[in-house]
Amino acid sequence: MTSAPVTETPARPAFARDARVVLSTRHPARWAMAAVVLLVVAGGITQVIGNERFQWDVVGDYLFAQPILQGVARTLMLTAAAMAIGVGLGVVIAVLRLSPNPILSSAAWTYSWFFRGTPLLVQLLFWYFLAALYPTIGFGGASWSANELISPLTAALLGLGLNEAAYMSEIVRSGILSVPPGQAEAASAVGMRRSQVMRRVVLPQAMRVIIPPTGNETIGMLKHTALVLVIGYTELMTTASNIYSRTYQTIPLLIVAALWYLAISAVLSVGQYFIERHFGRGFSHHRVSRRASRAARKGEAVA
Amino acid sequence: MSAVADGSQEPMFQAWDVHKSFGHVEVLKGIDMSVARGEVVCLLGPSGSGKSTFLRCINHLEKFDRGEMWVGGDRVGYRPHGDKLKELNEREVAVRRSGIGMVFQGFNLFAHRTALENVMEGPMVVRREKRSIVERRARALLDRVGLADRVDNYPSQLSGGQQQRVAIARALAMQPDLMLFDEPTSALDPELVGDVLAVMRQLADDGMTMIVVTHELGFAREVADRVYFMDGGVVVESGPPAEVLERPREARTQAFLSKVLA
Repeated sequence: MTSAPVTETPARPAFARDARVVLSTRHPARWAMAAVVLLVVAGGITQVIGNERFQWDVVGDYLFAQPILQGVARTLMLTAAAMAIGVGLGVVIAVLRLSPNPILSSAAWTYSWFFRGTPLLVQLLFWYFLAALYPTIGFGGASWSANELISPLTAALLGLGLNEAAYMSEIVRSGILSVPPGQAEAASAVGMRRSQVMRRVVLPQAMRVIIPPTGNETIGMLKHTALVLVIGYTELMTTASNIYSRTYQTIPLLIVAALWYLAISAVLSVGQYFIERHFGRGFSHHRVSRRASRAARKGEAVA
Repeated sequence: MSAVADGSQEPMFQAWDVHKSFGHVEVLKGIDMSVARGEVVCLLGPSGSGKSTFLRCINHLEKFDRGEMWVGGDRVGYRPHGDKLKELNEREVAVRRSGIGMVFQGFNLFAHRTALENVMEGPMVVRREKRSIVERRARALLDRVGLADRVDNYPSQLSGGQQQRVAIARALAMQPDLMLFDEPTSALDPELVGDVLAVMRQLADDGMTMIVVTHELGFAREVADRVYFMDGGVVVESGPPAEVLERPREARTQAFLSKVLA
């Protein structure tokens, strides 16, 4: 509590000379390490480019070939559709998991346990061979032959989507739990119904926590779609595989596929950045609302 | 409309014999209270006395086990069922809550919305009023609490006192008949308390019916029409602040006041 002003400077010591300048610290080891890394990278690049067994000319021939482009389109469609199923169902399962009803919450837990606890590859094959278990599938009066219903595409969507829902439900649940309970209380006090509280107040704020891992999941899904090779849906990986099994140009076609996966995941990462920025509004001290920052810019321009 | 015509006689808020337990601990042991239209009532008492729990029962953020609570001629969370009470469904509870404003100790502004959007959210979502009308009213309310220049700021860019004033504007935007304040200044730095109390004092002068849980004895003395002193889940004594705060009859009130004023 004593706040006596400290005004007097310390007395100049008897041995004082002119004050010295501080030299900036040098880091020779850092420079050496950087040089080593650069050498290794340069060596690696020349190795890869110089090794003609990579068959870069074949890579070039196939990179934008019609079947490959069609495979890319299907991979993108499969990724988007499976993620849509995963996110949609994941939100439902997360809400069930948080339900006060013990039957609902344990059902949701069991779902996550089952779909996270078995390999995705096994699930895909199970869906594909569903007809062996249930030759016909019916709702009410109508029934269909499982063989007609379960195409490689539907099996792929079911396998990837339902598996993803199990992971997404955990992500969504942690997002919902990250929103302070006072937010929901304030929304109910204003007179919002439970569904409005969820939609208008809790989920938009949970998104901030949900988006980064969902971006990871999307990029993961992009690559997991390659697993549908085993059930023969001709997306990017299956297309590449079909070609190299015919031409034996295995390595160049794997490179073609890898380059496309790399390119798409780069684009997805950029998209993730912008979505994160959108849902981060209100949570960073540096950013004001768009209107306020526009006004501020105008103010600066006038001044 | 008869409720409005004889509104001066009928109390805005009435409670009798309200009991509530958390597990085996009885936190409300039969509370009676009556608040007239336009009256300001402060609930005082040590922490754990049940005053916040009682306040939260009024708009059904907490359930109670026994008793009656009426706001403006309506039960808030329950309807009669034989000779007992049954909880209303969440839609009906939401409708009745919308006519009661509440201000929290921790502000609880919607963190992803600007000050203006916070104030507009209730009327837009709950009452589905037209945006242009709501926005005009919201700007007027923010002006009234002294934040006309802060409408586009997010809560994280506002001081605690500013956030609490936005929270008051948000509650007023629903044009409530009754305002509940749950320790509105307890989370504020001392120098910010005055601004919030000034807004509340203005609101009281404008004739709003208010129930305020507070530790601000000064505010209670100057603004409240009556104060209730609670301890251990019961109302120990109540009356005009001049009586209860200056000449407390009960030993427990005297002990509390001497500690707080020390």
